[in-house]
Amino acid sequence: MLMNGAQALVKSLKSEGVDILFGYPGGAALTLYDALYDSGIRHILTRHEQGAAHAADGFARATGKVGVCISTSGPGATNLVTGIATAYMDSVPVVFITSQVATGLIGKDSFQEADITGITTPITKHNVLVKKPQDLLKCVKEAFYIARTGRPGPVLVDIPKDIFAAKMDFTYPETVKLKGYKPIFAGEKCKVSLVADALAQAKKPVFFIGGGINIAGVSEEFSRLIEKTGIPVTTSLMGMGGFPSDHRLNLGMLGMHGTYAANQAVTQCDLLIGVGVRFDDRVTGLVSRFAPNATVVHFDIDPAEINKNIKTDIRVVGDLNWSLSQLNSIITNPDISDWQCAVMKWKQERPLTFDEDTREIKPQSVIQEIDQLTDGNAIMVTDTGQHQMWTAQYYTFKKPRTLITSGGLGTMGFGLPAAIGAQLGCPDQLVWAISGDGSIMMNCQEIATAAEHNLPIKTAILNNKGLGMVRQWQRMFYQKRYSGSKHERGTDFAKLAEALGAKGITVKSAQELRPALEEAIKTPGPVFLDIWVSEDEDVLPMVPAGAALDEMIGG
Amino acid sequence: MKYTLAVLVENRPGVLTHISGLISRRAFNIESITAGSTEEPDMTRITLVVDAENEDELEQVVNQLDKLVYVIKIVNLTKVDSINRDMALIKVRALPESRSDIVDIVSIFRAKIVDVHPETMVIELTGEEDKIDALSEVLKDHGIVEIVRTGKIALSRSPVAAKNN
Ligand SMILES: Cc1ncc(C[n+]2csc(CCOP(=O)(O)OP(=O)(O)O)c2C)c(N)n1
Repeated sequence: MLMNGAQALVKSLKSEGVDILFGYPGGAALTLYDALYDSGIRHILTRHEQGAAHAADGFARATGKVGVCISTSGPGATNLVTGIATAYMDSVPVVFITSQVATGLIGKDSFQEADITGITTPITKHNVLVKKPQDLLKCVKEAFYIARTGRPGPVLVDIPKDIFAAKMDFTYPETVKLKGYKPIFAGEKCKVSLVADALAQAKKPVFFIGGGINIAGVSEEFSRLIEKTGIPVTTSLMGMGGFPSDHRLNLGMLGMHGTYAANQAVTQCDLLIGVGVRFDDRVTGLVSRFAPNATVVHFDIDPAEINKNIKTDIRVVGDLNWSLSQLNSIITNPDISDWQCAVMKWKQERPLTFDEDTREIKPQSVIQEIDQLTDGNAIMVTDTGQHQMWTAQYYTFKKPRTLITSGGLGTMGFGLPAAIGAQLGCPDQLVWAISGDGSIMMNCQEIATAAEHNLPIKTAILNNKGLGMVRQWQRMFYQKRYSGSKHERGTDFAKLAEALGAKGITVKSAQELRPALEEAIKTPGPVFLDIWVSEDEDVLPMVPAGAALDEMIGG
Repeated sequence: MKYTLAVLVENRPGVLTHISGLISRRAFNIESITAGSTEEPDMTRITLVVDAENEDELEQVVNQLDKLVYVIKIVNLTKVDSINRDMALIKVRALPESRSDIVDIVSIFRAKIVDVHPETMVIELTGEEDKIDALSEVLKDHGIVEIVRTGKIALSRSPVAAKNN
């Protein structure tokens, strides 16, 4: 049956199992929007393309499926850029479909023309400009395949307006033929044996897990490994939820705002086993003093991660589903009781703490209260700043994919739209967004989207009347010269929420906190809590940028 | 140290943008890059000369390039017995009184004179890079007007093609 390119594209999306997408229309996308009109695919109109990009990303992170985001050409496409970069840094599978000016107008600085494939080359796993109608469906098929296989990531397909209109038959390719793209599953067995040997000899081993655990869905296999061996575990920000936070052997987060126990364990260990991590600088601190006495093992699906930041002694390249089950099948119990005792002592003696207060609301206590009220079962979505770190530190993550946060790019404005995507992907789960008075403003227009779809997202804005994380650095490293980091005139977020159709609650004192949180959970639909917290609280402990992990301040 | 890589890529639009974008984003040092068609109609072969501190740094270059979807294969020819060639066209000042001197130089280097103008000559030389460097050096005295070089291409002497390696 003959149809136009847009209709064929929509049919391809259905073949890929897409039933919801996020986007924003415009001139070059009108034919696509026309095809969506009665397609049965749910289109979520955000209030800004950046919101659509983060929403598709949040959907993908929460569900493990490929997120889809569409936009018009030019400004519509360039508005996606931060969202694409955010997804890229955290290896999130999202297919971005941008419209382009008609093929004959490309290169002529036409109205609403932007070279979006050129712009996004360094921030996509792959991108392509569809030049001929007969390439369209092949490109779409490849985009989904590339986005979700191997190390996942965003793929952008740029489609000129005339290709949406071109007449074609719907013949969706069954398979993908890409000579240069062969994601690996199984790696070299002998490497896993080397790891088992190293483990048998190790006196002070520690596991360091990252986002790869969540992406690969290997939490259970990993837990079995830990139950068997009793080896302590630390996680990166992206690894949270991959191993229960309340497990006795979980030392918490590693790195700049990591726990004393985690940073000590890595500094003193003789065997460090990284699993699905990329040894980011926020985790390693001064590289030359990172795990200085350890044999370093690195499990990852991406060979380019090996030796990128940290020199590796044993590499196991392959899907974690393959490598961890291999390891589990041959591993023996190491004798590490002295080490376990030492590590447990650090964990007990130096836990995360903060000074409680009876009048002022401490931001950390907000996270603790939400943790208690939700029993660690909510999907926690954060923005970027101090509130993000406190969420990672004080919430008890029990399941994979329950912390949704911009780890690699640290994007302010990610939280609310990502929560919208997560809630639409997981309608039966309780979704909390934790934000700051800075971050929330960076995509607050999406309150209207949440209200329009009556999404029961609960947003806690930890309002410290300024850019807390910036102020912390200014306090610690710039002699309290608070340059450009104060909101001199605050925003009434409750009123803002109400204006956009959601419920708003202002919480000014410690006594009001618990009842307000309970009310928010009871209220159907979106609720925004403007919680006035202590203004000059620091995220502690802290390893200053460029210092070694055992040079912690506080905690 | 300099390393020579043969990078086989799918001949698709955008492939060179992806390669050059990656090189600049990852701050790799590239001495030269040449691309051209091959025995396969849908395959382009790129020869990259990479300046890297050590094998680890080179491995990063190879692994990152290998992640590009259109990159089919990368072969490190640095230590493989291979033929390396660069070609140069050198336009040199050649007034009548100095012409015979230049002709001598050209024949010593087994180069070719491919164009003559009342004041200049264009010399073509194909060979390993240092041979071209040496010729340019000798011609300097006569006054070099301009030089163009292709950058290095390399092919192993082994009977097996890089794509089947
Ligand atoms: C888009 C963007 N711009 C700037 C920054 C730099 N930055 C990091 S944290 C921060 C302050 C965040 O303030 P707020 O959202 O109020 O959170 P708080 O730290 O107060 O919890 C800033 C400006 C960023 N991460 N992202």
